[in-house]
Amino acid sequence: MTGADLLLLALGAVAVGAGVLVVSTKHLVRAGLYLVVCLGALAGDYLVLTAELVAWVQVLIYVGAVVVLLLFAVMLTRAPIGASDDLDRPGWPAALIGGGSGLGLAVLLVDAFRWSRVELPTAGTADRLGEQVFRSWVLPFEVLSVLLLAALVGAIVLSRPDIGRPGPVRSATPAAGDEGGRA
Amino acid sequence: MRPVVPYVTAALLFGLGVFGVLRRRNAVLVLMAVELMLNAVNLILVTADTTVRAQLPHAGQVFALFVIVLAAAEIGVGLAIVLQLYRLRASVAVDEVPLTEAPTPVPAGVAGVAADRSAAGTTGGVDGPEVRG
Repeated sequence: MTGADLLLLALGAVAVGAGVLVVSTKHLVRAGLYLVVCLGALAGDYLVLTAELVAWVQVLIYVGAVVVLLLFAVMLTRAPIGASDDLDRPGWPAALIGGGSGLGLAVLLVDAFRWSRVELPTAGTADRLGEQVFRSWVLPFEVLSVLLLAALVGAIVLSRPDIGRPGPVRSATPAAGDEGGRA
Repeated sequence: MRPVVPYVTAALLFGLGVFGVLRRRNAVLVLMAVELMLNAVNLILVTADTTVRAQLPHAGQVFALFVIVLAAAEIGVGLAIVLQLYRLRASVAVDEVPLTEAPTPVPAGVAGVAADRSAAGTTGGVDGPEVRG
């Protein structure tokens, strides 16, 4: 057991513990905050595994953007502030399937890697990673930019009720005006 | 470095994500569990990048970056759908979503014909009857 092993073990324990709390807590907002802890521990894992660029992108995009979006959604759907009891289904099949898949994967990976030992590469992989992104993977990279644009347009079209529904919206427009007049 | 430690962490996180998706009723919590699964896959990719010798160097980390971008796009569209569901139904419980009826509560023809019947009938097509009832 080296220092990297101990760090990976501790960060993994934090990540799994926070993950358990994310899927089991009764507070909606606390689930989002535990998700921050889990994703932060995973970013620490990436740092130990000498993937600095992935770690900082994780902090920027996941902890910075995705969790903030999720907390926005929690607020916009008027979630209850305190503990609420109706967040869960009775979950024996969920526990069976989730535990089965998780433990099954863990057994597979333990069987594949046993207690083998691998030397960590030297740190500082960001420039080599950028070289790979813009040399071997430049076409998927550009396709991803198109995908982000498509997701942006899709989210806008989904959330505006006056786009994309030609029939019923036009026939309902005088009713909407009528409602505005009555209000 | 023992690669089995991050691999087992990722497997347990994936199991937790599956459990959360199947267990939770709130759609936002389901999205959080999906994030847990995506992060487990990312951890597998990064660990494989450092432990398995590949033909292209750092392919695992590049894939992890791509998965992060895909997760950002997924969460944007997913939250737009969830907010639209909340606007229609005033609830984000995933097991109360009716899968067999039309998405708008009042069909187009009925709304057009019965527009003069009452304002309540047609505005139900926009806001959803559950909001009013």
